[in-house]
Amino acid sequence: MIYANIAGLSYLIASVLFILALKGLSHPETARRGNFFAIIGMALAVVVTLAAPDVNNYVLILIAVIIGGSVGTTIALKIKMTDLPQLVAMLHSLVGLAAVLIAKSAFYAPERYGIGSAGAIHLNSLIEMSLGDAIGAITFTGSIIAFAKLQGIMSGSPITFKGQHALNALLAFAIVALTVYFCISQDPIVFWIITLLSIIIGVTLIIPIGGADMPVIVSMLNSYSGWAAAGIGFTLQNNLLIIAGAVIGSSGAILSYIMCKAMNRSFLNVLFGGFGTGDSSGAASSAQQAHERGANVGSVEDAAFLMKQASNVIIVPGYGMAVAQAQNAVKEMGELLLAAGISVKYAIHPVAGRMPGHMNVLLADANVPYDLVFEMDDINSEFSSCDVAFVMGANDVTNPAAKDPKSPIAGMPILEVERAATVLFCKRSLGIGYAGIDNELFYRPNTMMLLGDAKDTADKLVRALKGTSH
Amino acid sequence: MSFIFLLTVFILAVFVGYHVVWSVTPALHTPLMSVTNAISGVVIVGAIIAAGSEAINTSTILGIAAVALASVNVFGGFIVTHRMLSKFRKKAK
Repeated sequence: MIYANIAGLSYLIASVLFILALKGLSHPETARRGNFFAIIGMALAVVVTLAAPDVNNYVLILIAVIIGGSVGTTIALKIKMTDLPQLVAMLHSLVGLAAVLIAKSAFYAPERYGIGSAGAIHLNSLIEMSLGDAIGAITFTGSIIAFAKLQGIMSGSPITFKGQHALNALLAFAIVALTVYFCISQDPIVFWIITLLSIIIGVTLIIPIGGADMPVIVSMLNSYSGWAAAGIGFTLQNNLLIIAGAVIGSSGAILSYIMCKAMNRSFLNVLFGGFGTGDSSGAASSAQQAHERGANVGSVEDAAFLMKQASNVIIVPGYGMAVAQAQNAVKEMGELLLAAGISVKYAIHPVAGRMPGHMNVLLADANVPYDLVFEMDDINSEFSSCDVAFVMGANDVTNPAAKDPKSPIAGMPILEVERAATVLFCKRSLGIGYAGIDNELFYRPNTMMLLGDAKDTADKLVRALKGTSH
Repeated sequence: MSFIFLLTVFILAVFVGYHVVWSVTPALHTPLMSVTNAISGVVIVGAIIAAGSEAINTSTILGIAAVALASVNVFGGFIVTHRMLSKFRKKAK
């Protein structure tokens, strides 16, 4: 009884520490402290659980922690910041799988959690167990597919086939029906079939989603991993798991909502729309063709000259910058401009990159101070008074076609670079963006296209800026 | 503990999460995800209970495997979050 009280109190403290950790993320200054709060909370929860009178097998548990811990530590230390979405997707899948294993474990040894005995598990525990198990299994395979798409193991283009929606509906119906049957029969085979079907639906739900919609999907799976943890918390009647799971679940849901809003699309449209081309490439067009279509193709020297004449420059980085690993060159360019007394700011669209906030981390990694980096809503009003908007590797998020009600991206909030006196567009080609539509900005008189690889162009700009400053 | 009690805790936590997460600055949405990755590793608590049984059976083995998986999340999530956050710096005055 004394232990139960100490454990309950410790779990409460851990829950509060977890919430404080998220609270800390409201500002970069308090964020690091927040992370330590969460670490302390986790350590407290683990130590208290290990001290439970009926927990033995310390050696085996320790070995498992060492194996898992060293894998996690190694990956976390080695991962490149451009590959963060893959790491996050992988971690989601592991939580999903862990939730499945714990649900199974509770089913085979219900007396350890006080939820009945084998073959006579309480009804509500059975429901919670199968929910945790099914959500966990969907998170597991869904995240593996998201990982494969992000890593480029699988094509980023949507995979759709005839009868896809019918198949998903059938699978979902079967899972619900079998869960009802499982709660009555408590048959282990049925339990495993539910897991198997959930594993399949995890795959079929995610394969039709295109690469650039990954910010929504990664957020959604983040949410699922939380609901799975909460489901396990209900099964084990553990408040800490319920609180942590609920907070994570709502966090992921909010991020999905923010991402959908930034694309002016509904969540259902992202899930079932089969939208996009996968990659923003299109046919590579030469500078010759670009001229024929009326685009103004400039040289790096022209661009450097324009920037030197400017009194303020706004840099708009997109995923193309990350793909070309151009962030360090861009930062160097920004520093040269700053040194020349030119005001430099960075503008970030919410869906730039492959996960929420991805661009901010990449810029921070390149040592761009965070107080020069602005969110769309905070900087949009400044484009009209800006001399040069320098767009690198972003396309759809700057496309004024979003203001045309007939456009496929109608209503999507954009970075209003077209208001700037001059727009420098650094891009591989005049190809179409992810949304599959042309960007009229390329052909405007105040736009200058810099065709070529992002890193190559940024490096040349750095040299050109250095050249003119001496 | 009754189901209603657990449900109460759950619903209230959803509300707390909702309000706390809206206060997170968009610049830190990636660290938010990685720290929630780490925190979701708290299922290790359930895994330890399963793994801690004296008798080694199916349930124990599943529990030990879950301990290893959750440990990847806890260590990986916290370390990568720390790495990211240490890069967010202000302009040198």
